[in-house]
Amino acid sequence: MITELGHLALILAFSLSIVQLIVPMVGIKFKWSNLIRLSGPLASFQFLFTLVSFGALMNAFITSDFSVKLVVKNSHSLKPMLYKISGTWGNHEGSMLLWVLILTFFGFLVASFGNNLRSEFKARVLSVQSAIGGCFYAFILFTSNPFERYSIAPLNGEDLNPLLQDPGLAFHPPFLYMGYVGLSMSFSFAIAALIEGRVDAIWARWVRPWTLLAWTFLTIGIAMGSWWAYYELGWGGWWFWDPVENASFMPWLVSGALLHSAIVLEKREILKSWTILLAILAFSFSLVGTFIVRSGIITSVHAFATDPTRGVFILIILFFATGGGLTLFAFRFGNFFSKNTFSLVSRESALILNNLLLVVSAFVVFIGTLWPLFADLFLDKKLSVGAPFFDIAFTPFFIVIAIVLPVGASLAWKRGNLGRTVIALWPALILGISLGSIVWVMQTGGRMLAPVGVSLATWLICGAIGDLWSRVRGNTLIIKIRRLLRLHRSDFGKFLAHSGLGITIFGIAAITAWEVEDIRIVDAGDNFDVGSYNFLFKGVTNGSEKNYLVTRGEFLVKNNDKIIGTMLPEKRFYPIARMWTTEASIDQGITRDLYLVIGEEQDGGGWSVRTYVKPFANWIWAGALLMAMGGLLSISDRRLRFSVGTPRRSKVLTND
Amino acid sequence: MTKVSFGIQLFLVLSWLFISSVSVFAVEVDEVLNDITLEQRAREISKNLRCLVCRNESIDESNAELAKDLRLLVRERLVLGETNKEITDYVVSRYGEYVLLKPAFNWFNLFLWFCGPIMLLFGLSIAFLSFKNKTQISENSLSESEERRINEILKD
Repeated sequence: MITELGHLALILAFSLSIVQLIVPMVGIKFKWSNLIRLSGPLASFQFLFTLVSFGALMNAFITSDFSVKLVVKNSHSLKPMLYKISGTWGNHEGSMLLWVLILTFFGFLVASFGNNLRSEFKARVLSVQSAIGGCFYAFILFTSNPFERYSIAPLNGEDLNPLLQDPGLAFHPPFLYMGYVGLSMSFSFAIAALIEGRVDAIWARWVRPWTLLAWTFLTIGIAMGSWWAYYELGWGGWWFWDPVENASFMPWLVSGALLHSAIVLEKREILKSWTILLAILAFSFSLVGTFIVRSGIITSVHAFATDPTRGVFILIILFFATGGGLTLFAFRFGNFFSKNTFSLVSRESALILNNLLLVVSAFVVFIGTLWPLFADLFLDKKLSVGAPFFDIAFTPFFIVIAIVLPVGASLAWKRGNLGRTVIALWPALILGISLGSIVWVMQTGGRMLAPVGVSLATWLICGAIGDLWSRVRGNTLIIKIRRLLRLHRSDFGKFLAHSGLGITIFGIAAITAWEVEDIRIVDAGDNFDVGSYNFLFKGVTNGSEKNYLVTRGEFLVKNNDKIIGTMLPEKRFYPIARMWTTEASIDQGITRDLYLVIGEEQDGGGWSVRTYVKPFANWIWAGALLMAMGGLLSISDRRLRFSVGTPRRSKVLTND
Repeated sequence: MTKVSFGIQLFLVLSWLFISSVSVFAVEVDEVLNDITLEQRAREISKNLRCLVCRNESIDESNAELAKDLRLLVRERLVLGETNKEITDYVVSRYGEYVLLKPAFNWFNLFLWFCGPIMLLFGLSIAFLSFKNKTQISENSLSESEERRINEILKD
C-alpha cells in the first residue's frame, strides 16, 4: 500500500512538473500575476510529493518488503540496517529518485528563499528547473520504475555487493548527486537569464552559492569515493581515471571554473557570456557523467546495445539541455557586452587564465574518456585510454594552475600591481623553491615528481597565507591579528580552499614518489622489515560474523623497537553473494600510512602478505576536506545569504 | 556479538568448506624477479598494459588469471634481455592495440594527445583578441532605478 502511494506521489510530482513548466511561463507571457505566483507552491508540492515517494521506497527497504523487485535485487534481510537504508539509493532506480528529490529540494529552496529575485525571473528559473525535473521523472517512470512489484514475493533478497557495504560508499552517491544537481540550479539560472536576455550582479550572486554548494559536495563526494577505493580495494590505489570517476571529476573541474567566473561577474560585471556558457557546460558535464555511469556505455558497448533505452533517454535529455542551452546562448550572445575594462595584469586576467586551464583540463579528461568509444564507433578500432595517458596529458595543466594561482589570487582587481604582489609572495616563492631543492638533493635518483610537488604545495600554502596576511594593514602584530579575524568569511574560505589544494598536491606527489611496497610469504612467528618498520606475523584465526566468514591475520608492528600496535588484515567470504573481499589493515598516521593485506595460504605453508608504507597518504583527503570546508565557509558568508536585501527593504517600510 | 540462528551458522560454515579460495593479489610472490632493476622494469611495463578481461585495470593491479599469465610473459622476456619497447610491441602484436593503456602516439591518436594544448592555445588567442577589442563599449542594459536597487542589495 505504502509502495503504491509512493508510486502515485511520483506520478503526481511528474504531472506538477509539467504544470510548472507551462503555467507560470504563460503567466509571464500574458502578465497574469496569479499564474506567476503559482510557481512557488508548485515547486514546494513537487518537493513534497517526491519526498513522499522517496520515503515510501525507503520504507520498502527498511521493512525488507520483498514483493518490491528493487528490494529483492538490492537488499537482504540479514543486512545491517544502515545498508538497508543506503540500499535505497545504492542502485540505479533509487539513485535516480534521489536525484529528483535533491532537484526538487533545491527548487523548493529557491521558491522559499528567493525573495530578492524578481517574481518573473524566479518563476522562469523554477520552470527551467521543472523541465529538467520532468525529464528525469519521465526517465524514472518509463524506464526505471523503482516501485515495480513481483506477483509472488521471494523469501529473501539477493544482497548488495559486499564491497559496497561500507559507510564511505553508502554516503558517497548522495554527496555526488548534491553536486550534480546543484549545477542544475546554475543551469536554470543561466537559461532563465538567456530567455530574459540580461545578466546582472544579483544574478551572479545567486549563481555563486549554488555553484559553490555543488562544487563543495562534488569535492566531498569524490574524496569519499577515492578514500573508499583506498582502503577497500586492497592495494591502496586512490585514483584510477576510471570513466565513472572521470564522470564526477569533469563537473568538478568546470564548476571550479564557474564559481571563479561568477566572482568576476559579481564584482566587476564582466565575463557575462562566458559565465553563462560555463553554467551550461557544467550541467552538461553532469549529464554526461550521469549518462556514462547509467548507460554503462564506456565499460561495455555491448551492455549498452542490449538495453539502450536508459542510455538513449539520458542522451536525449543531454541533447535538449546542452543543445537547447547553446542555441539560446548563440542567439543572445550579443546582449551581454559590458562596459567595464581591465588591464592585462589584473585579477580578471588571472581568473580568465584559471578558467581556461580548468575547462581545457576538463575537456582533456572528456576526450580521453570518450576516445575509445569514438574509435570503436567510427573507425572500428579497439583501443584503451587509461591512467598512464591521463597522468601525462592532464597533470601539466594542473601544474600551471598551481603556479599561477597564488599570483592571481593576490593581484588587485581592474589594474594589478605585479611589484606589490611579488613583495607579498616572495617568502612563499623562496620557501617553495628551497624545499623542493632540498627534496631533490636528498632523493637518490628517481623522479622529478616529488620535488615539483613539494615546491608547488609550499608555494600554494604559503602563498595563501601571504595573501591573507597582506590583506590586513596595521603597524603592530596585535592590530594585524585583530583585523585578520575581522576579514570576511569568504576570504578564509578562499584561503582554506587554495591551501587545501596545495596539501592534496603534496599528498599525491609524496605517495606516488615515495611509496614502499613489499610482497612476501611469511610463516607464523616470522619477522620482516619494510622501510623502517618491523612486522611480526603471529598467525591467523578463522571466525564468522553476521553475514560473512573471516580469516584474520595478526601482526605486531614496531618502529625502532617501539611497539606501534597490532594490525589485523582480513579476508572475508560473503556466502550469499559468493564473494571474497580483502579488508586491508591500515595504521594511519600524519606522515605515513602502514597498509597491510593478507593473501593466500601457500601450499608449502605460510601466507602471502603485502605490505606498503604510504607516505603522507592522508594528506590527499585532508586537502580535499579543507577545500570543502573552504567552500562551506564561503557559502556561509553573510554577503552571500540568499535573502540578503529583503529585511532591509522591510525596515525602510516601517520607518515610513 | 549479534545473535545468528544455528541454521545460518551451519550454512556459513559449510559454504566456507566448499568454496575454494580465489587469489586476492595482483603481483604474487612467486612471480617477482630476483633482479631488482629487472623487476622494477617489469612493474613499469605492466602498469601500461591492460588486463583484457578486467574493467579498466592494468595487469599490474589485476588478480585475474590472464593478467598473471601476461605478467609472467613480460618477466620471461625481460630475463631474455629484451627492451621494454620490444616486450610491449610483442604483447600488442598478440593482443592488439586495445592492450595499451597509454594509446600509441600515432596519426590516429594525434588529436587525443594534442587536444589539450590546441584548445589552450585557441582559448588564449580568443581571450587575447577579445581583450584587444574591448574598446567598444556598449551602453548599460539596466535602467537607473534597477541599478540603484542592485547597489542597495550589494551594499554591505
